[in-house]
Amino acid sequence: MGEKILMKGSEAIAEAAIRAGAMAFYGYPITPQNETPEYFSRRMPELGRTYLQAESEVAAINMVYGAACTGTRVITTSSSPGISLMQEGFSYIANSDVPCVVVNAMRGGPGLGDIAPAQADYFQATKGGGHGDYHSIVLAPHTVQEQCDMMYDAFDLADKYRIMVVVLVDGLLGQMMEPVEFKDWADVKSYKTPDWATVGQGERSNRNIITSLEILPEDLEKMNLKLQEKYRTIEEIEVRFEEYKMDDAEYVITAFGTTARIAKTSVNMARKEGIRVGIIRPITLYPFPYAVIEKRVNQVKFFFDVEMNAGQMLEDVRLGVNGKKPVYFYGRLGGMVPTAEEIYTAFKKQIGG
Amino acid sequence: MEKGVVISGFGGQGVMLAGELLAETGKEEGKFVTFLPSYGPEMRGGTANCHVIISDEEIASPIIDHPEAAIILNLPSLDKYEPLMKEDGLIIINKSIVPKEVKRTDVKILQVKAQEVARDLGNEKTMNLILLAAYVEIEKPVSIEGLKKALRTFLTGRKETLIEVNEKAINKGIEIAREFLGVK
Amino acid sequence: MKLIYKAPDTMTEKDTTYCPGCPHGIAHRLISESLEEMNLVKKTVIVWPVGCSVFGYYFIGTDAVEAAHGRACAMATGIKRVHPESFVMTYQGDGDLASIGIAETVHAAARGEKITTIFINNGNYGMTGGQMAPTTLIGQVTTTTPYGRKPEANGFPMHVPEMLATLDGPAYVARAALDSPQHIIQAKKFIQKAFSAQAKRLGFSIVELVSTCPTNWKMTPVESMERARKEVLPVFPIGEFRVIKGVE
Repeated sequence: MGEKILMKGSEAIAEAAIRAGAMAFYGYPITPQNETPEYFSRRMPELGRTYLQAESEVAAINMVYGAACTGTRVITTSSSPGISLMQEGFSYIANSDVPCVVVNAMRGGPGLGDIAPAQADYFQATKGGGHGDYHSIVLAPHTVQEQCDMMYDAFDLADKYRIMVVVLVDGLLGQMMEPVEFKDWADVKSYKTPDWATVGQGERSNRNIITSLEILPEDLEKMNLKLQEKYRTIEEIEVRFEEYKMDDAEYVITAFGTTARIAKTSVNMARKEGIRVGIIRPITLYPFPYAVIEKRVNQVKFFFDVEMNAGQMLEDVRLGVNGKKPVYFYGRLGGMVPTAEEIYTAFKKQIGG
Repeated sequence: MEKGVVISGFGGQGVMLAGELLAETGKEEGKFVTFLPSYGPEMRGGTANCHVIISDEEIASPIIDHPEAAIILNLPSLDKYEPLMKEDGLIIINKSIVPKEVKRTDVKILQVKAQEVARDLGNEKTMNLILLAAYVEIEKPVSIEGLKKALRTFLTGRKETLIEVNEKAINKGIEIAREFLGVK
Repeated sequence: MKLIYKAPDTMTEKDTTYCPGCPHGIAHRLISESLEEMNLVKKTVIVWPVGCSVFGYYFIGTDAVEAAHGRACAMATGIKRVHPESFVMTYQGDGDLASIGIAETVHAAARGEKITTIFINNGNYGMTGGQMAPTTLIGQVTTTTPYGRKPEANGFPMHVPEMLATLDGPAYVARAALDSPQHIIQAKKFIQKAFSAQAKRLGFSIVELVSTCPTNWKMTPVESMERARKEVLPVFPIGEFRVIKGVE
């Protein structure tokens, strides 16, 4: 740990990724996250690492795929429309068991939408997005500091499970400045080419082939079952969440990322008026923390889900609640950011306030 | 202690720089700080603004719905933030280009012909610092010494020559604030 | 008994999935021989395409990855940039390279990526059953040009090496053919030049190989070779279109 530096979220995330051992960046410009690739383009050559601006997001993710096949810590960053273009690559990466990190600074959609903060890519990130039965680990930080700490986790998880890790942020987190303290530099000199990497056979006795293709259905089913086994392990041990003022809570707000942060202020407003409400903030959106929702079902009167979309995580909250308590929803769309007061007012309506 | 301020004006009036300087000072003094520049629909309507929060505790929302303090550098910013101000909040106004009177009677108002004052100091561009220093002196989210120290870390290299006039601007802001507070 | 002919060691024992008379086998052999002769086998990663040669890694025994349709040059770029000491090549057909993957191909060439592309031009989409490709000749009947390719409806064949030769990034750009022993010997020379361009880190290198597709052309292997010679080569002539200094 070093000193605290006041940094813009979109630049801090790049610095954190670099310190966490990102050896290569491939990407394509898109607002509202251009500061991130620009930062990489300055820093990576200084460190003798790879930075390449691709001709498209489609090419960028396939470059990531290529580098991932060599077992190199590789990252791309983009925003919603660019992430849509990358879905094909995500699906291939999933069924190839190769590690990489993808940052999505979500903006308003659908289509070209706008460039304002949004959370409408929850489904796309957590339920697959590309074709086939697959998941990526999805992390959702809510402060600049958490976002920086999470880059280390993102690379570690990616390597541990040979999986793609998505860090889901938004333009608000990217544009704001907060003091950050970076963790120690990862010891990149200790990185060895993994034995499964496709870098040329060299001294290895076997050759390596990385492919998502398996033409015989009975074999592809086996391949899928192995993937599913990996997902079950991840669901068992990698769930992360934060509970905020939940000990005595009679009501719970569920929210992730920026919205959760704003909702904390709403909770503090409510608590000043004697209303006992807390927050469950999923930090891993996949694997989703169903267990903590289940655990709190009997304690609280209802769940109140807040998102910058039309109700996406809402479905997972409902799965966790499983009909045992009401689940209400408040959302803003198209890049509108709810205010703390607005959330509080909407919440109070449900308790008859 | 948690203090929030909105700084709002045209692009080029030093809105972001003032906000960043305040945030940097807070950070150096070991506080929690957030600096949020205009985002989303905020970016429309002729104002560039930033929300700065300085706190002893972890900050939840970085967005200020109802400012307890605002530094208003142009007319559209006054129109926008006057109705949003907290009761008893403080509005510091750049009177040089905001001749309009504030209608609300439940807020504290400090009007400064900041551009003229800055020009007299030798650099009109320092008007953001005059108003920022006045805010700091009145609300004390950070110390004036801290502000001056942070200024020196911002003005390095070729900009070093600007330190003197900016420090003068800070001192002028303190003077104006003390007058406003009725302190000698 | 004296051994006078054998498959290159780099080719596996596995039976290929190619149709009888398909020149993919010839191309595989030329690549394997060249890798061996240039002592590149153990350094090589081949990026395989989507198309008939999608299973190519079963037949050429190097490290391999399987790209998404058209993305081979991007994937190869990703590998080569982080592992410059690896020998990275793509093997792509005309639908993969010249249609869905043309952007990735052109930009890899423009950047002068130090990779090599072997481009098989057989005038149609072989694996999906013989649809029109960017290289389909005017008048040629395919399953999606049942009345023959018409310029007003389907545009014109694309000449990839000629296009890429206009760029500054490529070190070596050539077209060879697989229709006759002489042409095959020449093709091997071109392939080796392309490999040397990468080995010497001179830039992007590509060799188009004019091939055939007896099954979808509905011809015998011999007839298809004759068609390649008589109808295809006049439109897609053999030649070296860009050779920068240092390529041997």
